[in-house]
Amino acid sequence: MTQPLNYLKESPSQTAGPYVHIGLTPNFTEITGVYAEDLGIRMVNDQTEGDRITVRGRVFDGMGAPVKDALVEIWQADAKGLFNSPSETRGQADPNFTGWGRCPTHMETGEFVFETVKPGALPFNDGRMMAPYISFWVVARGINIGLNTRMYFSDETDANAADPVLTRIEHQDRVPTLIGKRDGNTVTFDIHLQGDSETVFFDL
Amino acid sequence: MSNRKPETGGFFQRDWTWQPPAFTPAYKTSILRSPKKALMSLNNGPSEITGPVFGHSEIGELDNDLLLNFSSNGELPVGERIIVHGRVLDERGRPVPGALLEFWQANAGGRYRHKKESYIAPLDPNFGGCGRTITDENGAYSFRTVKPGPYPWPNGVNDWRPAHIHFSVFGHGFAQRLITQMYFEGDPLIWKCPIVQAIPDEDAVRQLVAPLDMANTIPMDSIAYKFDIVLRGRRSTLFENRLEGN
Ligand SMILES: [Fe+2]
Repeated sequence: MTQPLNYLKESPSQTAGPYVHIGLTPNFTEITGVYAEDLGIRMVNDQTEGDRITVRGRVFDGMGAPVKDALVEIWQADAKGLFNSPSETRGQADPNFTGWGRCPTHMETGEFVFETVKPGALPFNDGRMMAPYISFWVVARGINIGLNTRMYFSDETDANAADPVLTRIEHQDRVPTLIGKRDGNTVTFDIHLQGDSETVFFDL
Repeated sequence: MSNRKPETGGFFQRDWTWQPPAFTPAYKTSILRSPKKALMSLNNGPSEITGPVFGHSEIGELDNDLLLNFSSNGELPVGERIIVHGRVLDERGRPVPGALLEFWQANAGGRYRHKKESYIAPLDPNFGGCGRTITDENGAYSFRTVKPGPYPWPNGVNDWRPAHIHFSVFGHGFAQRLITQMYFEGDPLIWKCPIVQAIPDEDAVRQLVAPLDMANTIPMDSIAYKFDIVLRGRRSTLFENRLEGN
């Protein structure tokens, strides 16, 4: 016999279901008067530092149809590469930037939209710099456990080519699934849950 | 929050024999919404070990009281009055203070207040179905609501969801992000539900079934159920390679 380790097990995930909006964005589904506004709808204010961008895209299922009842959350560093979080030990993040956004996909078009800033680069575990990216987390009816992915930027060709995560992807033809296409201040990032252009998802 | 220094270790690897896989064909919607390729494993870095923090200033006084937070004139919703309480812990058994919990549910008749919902059971004019709270320094939380009813859903021709409350949880790192559902002790529909059965391990299912808690029941007022939630544990940073700048 040995001593027991006594670790607990993580609670199993269950799908967010079709009515995720009631809990996470009630004003979006016309439950008004309970919360003043939905959490995560504003990441920036007038004083936020950095390059303002609009990130938009859609989530597609295995038949190529847009998923109209998904909910997307993003988490990212500020313009200097720092996170607005107590666990950030590398410095003080921009107090005018939350770093976190939440957006339900549109019930007709399936589109999500975030008004944010382009994140600064930050180091990988071995100290090498990573190309700038935004972390995505996607839930919906039919998704049993939230899916993690990342959006990198098409205007960072050199940094992407040297990125310690992107270069480690075994099938290099899948790298473009992680690149948001920048046109002016708009970055378009579509997520494919399944199929030929299935997005690379991470076990983090 | 305590005076303890924020922790910066990576999280324990997820146990994929305990979590539901993406592809669970008995739950039909998962068929086209499940990635088919392997997830790419990545050690946690700054974007995983950090996460947003929510303050008590963002939470309203009635946010954890679903009996009153939607009612316009103090009239109460129909249904069994219940208290749901418990703790948010991590896999090390440590409390997770400052965790944001958001919950949503159907009314006592099994009807959700949502545009896309068409079940014949009526809406309750005094019930919205959403609430939220932040755990205290011991990781504890509680809220008051009515017990949701089971409801039919289009999957098989005669599939019914057991009574349940949806939970969304933020811990201290974005990699702890979790959405799950709480079920009620004794509900015979639990073991017939394709969504529940997406979970591969029966003990894991039991982890989502809240027991009746007579000790916290308020006599002549509300019945209590206890529901603890466990988030991924953090590795200790002792002897670990330090990130540059740490
Ligand atoms: Fe539900």
